[in-house]
Amino acid sequence: MSTGAPVAVEGDRKVSVEEARAHGLSADEYRKIEQIIGRTPSWTELGVFSVMWSEHCSYKSSRRHLKTLPSTSELVVQGPGENAGAIDVGDGWAAVFKIESHNHPSFVEPYQGAATGVGGILRDIFTMGARPVASMNSLKFGSFEHRRTRYLLGGVVGGIGGYGNCVGVPTVAGEVMFDAAYNENILVNAFCLGLVRKDEMMSARARGVGNPVLYVGSATGRDGIHGASMASAEFDKESEAKRPAVQVGDPFTEKLLIEACLEAGRTGAIVAIQDMGAAGLTSSSSEMADRGGLGMELDLNLVPLREAGLTPYEILLSESQERMLIVAERGREGELQAVFEKWDLHAVVIGRVTDDRRWRMRWHREVVADLPVGALAADAPLYDRPAVAPKLVRDPEPSPNLSRKVTGEASAKNALRALLDSPNVASKKWVFRQYDSIVQSNTVEGPGSDAAVLRIKGSRRGIALKVDSNPRACALDPYLGAVGVVCEAVCNVACAGARPVGITNCLNYGNPERPEVMWQFIRGVDGLRDASLAFGAPVVSGNVSFYNETEGRAIPPTPTIAVLGVMLDVSQHVTQFFKNPGDAIAIVRTGRPSIAASEYAAVFGIDGGKLAPIELEHEAALVEALVAGAERGLIRSAHDIAEGGLAVAMAEACFNPRAILGAEVDLGRAGNADAVDFFGEGASTVILSIAPGDVTKVEELFASREIEFAVIGKVTREARLQIGKAIDEDVSELMRIYENAIPRRLAGSD
Amino acid sequence: MKWGVVRFPGSLDDGDSMHALADVMGESARILWHKETTLGGAECVLLPGGFSYGDYLRTGAIARFSPIMKSVAKFAADGGLVIGTCNGFQILCEAHLLPGALTRNRSLSFICERVWLRVENAKTPFTRATKQGDVLRLPIKHGEGLYVAPEDELRQMEERGQVILRYVDSQGRETESANPNGSMRAIAGVANERFNVFGLMPHPEHAVEAMLGGTDGRKIFESIAGGAR
Amino acid sequence: MFELQVRVFVTPRKGILDPQGRAVESSLHSLGFKNVAGVKVGKYILLEVEARNPAEARDEAKKMCEALLANPVIEDFRFEVDGE
Repeated sequence: MSTGAPVAVEGDRKVSVEEARAHGLSADEYRKIEQIIGRTPSWTELGVFSVMWSEHCSYKSSRRHLKTLPSTSELVVQGPGENAGAIDVGDGWAAVFKIESHNHPSFVEPYQGAATGVGGILRDIFTMGARPVASMNSLKFGSFEHRRTRYLLGGVVGGIGGYGNCVGVPTVAGEVMFDAAYNENILVNAFCLGLVRKDEMMSARARGVGNPVLYVGSATGRDGIHGASMASAEFDKESEAKRPAVQVGDPFTEKLLIEACLEAGRTGAIVAIQDMGAAGLTSSSSEMADRGGLGMELDLNLVPLREAGLTPYEILLSESQERMLIVAERGREGELQAVFEKWDLHAVVIGRVTDDRRWRMRWHREVVADLPVGALAADAPLYDRPAVAPKLVRDPEPSPNLSRKVTGEASAKNALRALLDSPNVASKKWVFRQYDSIVQSNTVEGPGSDAAVLRIKGSRRGIALKVDSNPRACALDPYLGAVGVVCEAVCNVACAGARPVGITNCLNYGNPERPEVMWQFIRGVDGLRDASLAFGAPVVSGNVSFYNETEGRAIPPTPTIAVLGVMLDVSQHVTQFFKNPGDAIAIVRTGRPSIAASEYAAVFGIDGGKLAPIELEHEAALVEALVAGAERGLIRSAHDIAEGGLAVAMAEACFNPRAILGAEVDLGRAGNADAVDFFGEGASTVILSIAPGDVTKVEELFASREIEFAVIGKVTREARLQIGKAIDEDVSELMRIYENAIPRRLAGSD
Repeated sequence: MKWGVVRFPGSLDDGDSMHALADVMGESARILWHKETTLGGAECVLLPGGFSYGDYLRTGAIARFSPIMKSVAKFAADGGLVIGTCNGFQILCEAHLLPGALTRNRSLSFICERVWLRVENAKTPFTRATKQGDVLRLPIKHGEGLYVAPEDELRQMEERGQVILRYVDSQGRETESANPNGSMRAIAGVANERFNVFGLMPHPEHAVEAMLGGTDGRKIFESIAGGAR
Repeated sequence: MFELQVRVFVTPRKGILDPQGRAVESSLHSLGFKNVAGVKVGKYILLEVEARNPAEARDEAKKMCEALLANPVIEDFRFEVDGE
């Protein structure tokens, strides 16, 4: 068994610092490689280091900070460290979930970029033995007027639908935002959740010296070579020409792979399994071996190829989709192969687990790469990048005309209409109609209400899901903004009647080598940590996407948070829509809203000043009260305030798809209600509708927790929205504006 | 009624159909793998929704050549009951067990939505638990549901009562906006001349539980099950 | 035996609604190609057929089109054979 230097392959170039730099490694990183392995790396090894040590794969700028996130609770079955996190949701079930970004590929080729983003996150879920049962996504595009936005919107939505629908996983919720800040860097964050019996979860930890390693799924081609490096670099003028690096997905094969992997898992012959995602075969093999404290040796010439002539370098770096790597129990590989054959998928033994802690790749018996197993992942650089808060020119101050009173019909009425017509507020039906939201027969509440609600077959329990972000707030204050995002997502889940139990995050930022960006990131992680602790919802998985900037212009800090909630009885779930004329309408809130970072401020070009402060204890108490109210069947509807503020939320609550209703409310303040009351955002505010006989009981739930509770009016059969004297509108007219905002803008394009 | 639900590579609503029939409605149902050559004693065969063979070439074009389809065709020729939903409808048309074809939605987009359907013929084994003119609420989720057939064939089908379901609004009226995909004559479901084969684009299996949005789908399954020996 | 290339063109039948064709036509018009009077979007299938002569390949290709490659309810087909 040779442990000498690897041999060169025909076509290999001479390895040098310059070549390393061309691969995206720094001179220091190259020297560290030489130090770790005690010699010059081979060409193949250089390629492998360049992807494994890229930001996307190694998390070298973020790992140090992510370690500070709370990741434990009584309900955590699997924390960070495997392919996804898992939370015990009761009745023997574990929910496996994660959110991931596919930002850079989606900007270059929107359909396939988004499609393969969905494919990738699905594999992270079913590699743990869980059947994927729900998807969500968070999308950020440039402004509607920007020349590329329509093309990117159509491509991304088409890709998510094209892949998700064909693979049979319902897309149950999501968010879409349009803002000029994303003109040159769109964001596509894809979430997936699967269910698995707690004791049947699979791992990606290699065990058993001599166990065979199987390659299963699609054949390998040249897709995505250096895709991980693309995600670790900003865009410049040449990015358009990088098209070949984008992977092409095949959802039909993925569906077969899901069925085959789950069926193969039931044989008991799978020791470990991992999907081939970023850095494909390289990352899956080295990580599985490393987790198990063992080694792995593969014969690359046994890998099924889609085209002739691929070199070992290309085979190792390929990001061809729909492939998994399996460590099987020795002697039982035939059983697994039979399952994959039934589903018409490749299943080839390409190597074995060893005991020498080496990662050794052979090409027709010659060794072309031979590295210590830890070198690629565990020994990857770990940076503590400098973080410096940007100098503020002055403290943000509210516009002078902000606190003008909203009196008379003109201003409040027009503002409400303008907001309902704003793409960030308006109905996203144009988007979610393109997604199958009902396959698998678990969707109790799909897109269009706040949180999605799914039932668990065979159990009374249900789960609620929401994904949220708020880049405008994070731009003003990266810490408080991040806290606010967690609060909003958690509040949505509680409004549905579910107790928040776990969080996954996708942290999207600019170039971490710039101290201001690193500062934004660290403050965001701080905010996420504090909020996660306050709600007792650990962060069990996540993803970091850096380098979201073009020619030095970064996106605003955009932590995207997805929250999982559990309800004991799914039939007690609550939606956001008013249901019965005569019901009392009440407001509960944890503080005063603010115009800062609001859609109102954006639409009317107003500087809203500072973000409203957030008291996490009150937020947690609000959540408790909402869940308690739902569990006792006391809450008829609950809708939290988001983009557009109270007036918009009030209108949305009237848009009951079964039959629209109306509302007659007064915000008090003796007719001096102003723009902040009507359209402010920020601290959690929830609109409740309650049966008149239950008002006292509900009031007690909130008052006993020191949460402001006020009945402000009632639901009416007549579909008119009346807010004090300032707003008196026909609800179907408002709904028409709300539903047409995006379609009319799209129709006007060609 | 003994049901056989066919599973092709890429079928998606096979699981939902099994859940609806066996778990919710207590029927006896089993999966028929596409490579099997007998129907396992099924009295009604259901071809479910999904993307069999990834919808490659044309939707349903490859599935119709699966081994199981020979048995399904013979079963239908002998008068056996066959129902195809969504992709199942597409496969039945490709297999010439039903007239016409399904093409890309007029809007070129996939649409997932609840729609209203009017029962045009309540005298079939698939609709006898309904009344003529009943309006049902069922979900659709498809990208290729635009039904086409040659004009004279359509005329004959209408005369014979082979048009079973039509897209309408909540009041039961045929309008432009009530037709989600541009189907000719707003046709959502048809039967063959013998009325033993039925294809529809909507998904009755997704409308059997109130908590998930409605139970009108039960009427179709009850119609079929009511004919059990 | 030769390996002959057969190029199959499948297009929507006249009278069948072709929303893709219409969408492409409208996009071309808005890009400034106002002289486009009509667009049909179809499929192009390349076959490598083993046959003794082009006539045999043509025969095989016709059967393949009728059996699988085109749906006569909604599509027309024509093809070109190498060597003809």
